[in-house]
Amino acid sequence: MEHTMARRQFLGTLAAGTGAVVGGLGWFAQSAAANQLAKDQKRMLVINMHGGLSQLESWDPKPNTNTGGPFRAIPTSVPGVHISELLPYTAKQMHHLALVRGINTKNDDHGKGTYMMLTGYHQRAGIDYPQIGAVVAKSFDANDRSLPGHILITPGGAGGRSADSAYLGPKYSSVVLGNGNPPQNTALPAGLAAATAEEQQTLRRLANDRFLGRRRTAQTDAYVQSFEAAQDLMKQRDVFDLTKEPEKDHDRYGKHDFGRHCLMARRLLEKGITFVQISHSNYDTHNENFNFHFEQMGEFDKPFASLIQDLHERGLLAHTMVVVLSEFGRTPNINQYYGRDHWGKAWSVCLGGAGIARGAVFGKTNANGTEVTENQVDAGNLFHTYLRGLGLNSKATFDVGGRRVPVADPAFGPITELIA
Amino acid sequence: MKADPKAAHIAQEFIHEAPLINCRFDPKGLFVFATSEDRSIIRWELASGKKTVFSAHDSWVGDLAFSIDGATLISAGYDDMLIWWPVAAEKPEPIRKVKAHSGWIRAVAVSKDGKYVASGGNDRVVKLWNVADGAAVREFPGHERDVYSLLFHPNGQFLLSGDLKGQVHQWETATGKLARKFDAKDLHSYNGGQQVDFGGVRSISFTPDLKQIIAAGLHNASNPLGAVHEPIAIRFDWEPLKLTKKHLTDDVKQGVLWRVVVHPDGHLIGCSGGGNGGFLLFWAPDGDKPFHKFSLGNTAREMDLHPDGLRIATVHYDRKLRITRLEPKAPDKPKS
Repeated sequence: MEHTMARRQFLGTLAAGTGAVVGGLGWFAQSAAANQLAKDQKRMLVINMHGGLSQLESWDPKPNTNTGGPFRAIPTSVPGVHISELLPYTAKQMHHLALVRGINTKNDDHGKGTYMMLTGYHQRAGIDYPQIGAVVAKSFDANDRSLPGHILITPGGAGGRSADSAYLGPKYSSVVLGNGNPPQNTALPAGLAAATAEEQQTLRRLANDRFLGRRRTAQTDAYVQSFEAAQDLMKQRDVFDLTKEPEKDHDRYGKHDFGRHCLMARRLLEKGITFVQISHSNYDTHNENFNFHFEQMGEFDKPFASLIQDLHERGLLAHTMVVVLSEFGRTPNINQYYGRDHWGKAWSVCLGGAGIARGAVFGKTNANGTEVTENQVDAGNLFHTYLRGLGLNSKATFDVGGRRVPVADPAFGPITELIA
Repeated sequence: MKADPKAAHIAQEFIHEAPLINCRFDPKGLFVFATSEDRSIIRWELASGKKTVFSAHDSWVGDLAFSIDGATLISAGYDDMLIWWPVAAEKPEPIRKVKAHSGWIRAVAVSKDGKYVASGGNDRVVKLWNVADGAAVREFPGHERDVYSLLFHPNGQFLLSGDLKGQVHQWETATGKLARKFDAKDLHSYNGGQQVDFGGVRSISFTPDLKQIIAAGLHNASNPLGAVHEPIAIRFDWEPLKLTKKHLTDDVKQGVLWRVVVHPDGHLIGCSGGGNGGFLLFWAPDGDKPFHKFSLGNTAREMDLHPDGLRIATVHYDRKLRITRLEPKAPDKPKS
């Protein structure tokens, strides 16, 4: 039945689409979606803890064990749930969040881990899968929005576009805000007056229209769409202007990169951007794991907690799913350099907000964190859960050149216990 | 007997159940104390090897110091606590617990007159306490980042504290006023790619004539998260303040100087641990490179020099505390 629906919806979408991008909002499970979206548009925020966050220094502490390290566990706003003492602000927001403590991705490689956590598929030859941001942006693309649906805020770099949408096409690839700066090339060149620029666009449109009158194709439509989207983006450049946020919020979030990026994420979600991903770097702590986690988690904790609190107080958390993920966890074993190494066998992710059973803890590891003992899950289960939490049918398919490709890996299913 | 670093050899080994972190000899030289990843403090009697465990901290113990009479041990924990202990008790129990900081206490030092104990750590504040009753005396705020090391000037007038950013603050003990700073910035780096601050003044030591101080740690941190960095010690003249020497190594490309001490004979001893192994490194006062390197057989994490000047304790990842003697091995007893 789901496949039948997906096929029918796909055909309908294809007829109206450009041909460059297949599938579409049609696979969205709830039929009354369009109206509801306008009112309560679902959004998603992903925070990628780059390098491999230690579950023991964050979501699944094991104090006073041979693997626990020096940090203690602290109570949270959810009775009975403890997290690392490195997260005192986050602990107060735990009632908005949930934990998955039984992840076993059987992978210790950075690239493969990032791929599976962001696509829900284990990397395989011959096919590339779109990242969660592209899938979500496409799923909630009502074709009437002028702002990009998929935004990636990177710690550095100049910006641009990422190749992360695979067969969903470039429309859904991320627009990168290098170090949180506005998208590249969205300001008028110095010396070019707005009126002159508008005259240039008018001339371009006239030439386009003349050409399209005789040779209109899906490709030319895509070009037109790209130009018009860019024009719209330029007109709304202040969406990306963080100076418009109150100074007290800059102080609250912290004037470091991650604080600024969290504040930018709040601004973008508030402006209706469907998917925002930020990252915090770097957790690949083979050396002096505890010093570096003290440093990094100390920077992460307050802005993240402020963001969760603000999204809640502004009514956005009910519509915004939040995921704090990493490519893997870190070894329970403490190495000779006080470090922890790569570990995909038993680690954790934090979820929250829209569609998530708040305060829940799913999965369990043994006393010193070396094995999952209850409710083991894979990256594929998490991907299904994200989609289901956002109200999407995670068992639907995309049509890729006539071939049906499941949106999420069909070998797995959602964690229903985590879905509100 | 004069120490002979080139005759260094392992003379004793003690083993614990978990990797070790730090070590100190007691002032009378009867015991060696170590701290462990299992949160305990271990005391070994040097003569007999008898082991006693001190348990009270709720986290790892970062540093140890002793009262001048040698009767009291003060331990600094990553659980915010300073704890006073009887050094030689058969069944040691805490004498006093003081919640001294918010976060890890990384360093503790006792003044030469025995009145004060100083502490510092991740809350970036150096604090002064009465040894006699644990009462708070004074605070020394001003470090921009975590305090890693402490040392009293023997005249009691000054207290030195080193931080993550490679800054050594010289405080007036009596007033809390910052007298001046030693800039050991070579000991710190910020890696933009990994977005981490790294390094720090891991150790400070005076020369016996008090005319110089030496700050030690690591440099050339090409990969902080991957433990690729080299040991370094930086020597300053005390008056006028001047950087006079950098003590480096040729062949330890993965290591950090966890601690340096200046031997009464004048040479500098550093304890290095890292990917290249564990070493005792010995520099002449004017030596750019070590005149001797002694391999300890396992990654070293800290060291201390015995009051006799002939024994060095080092603690290791392999759970062992090793005693290295700086003199030729005693000849084997003839077989009877």
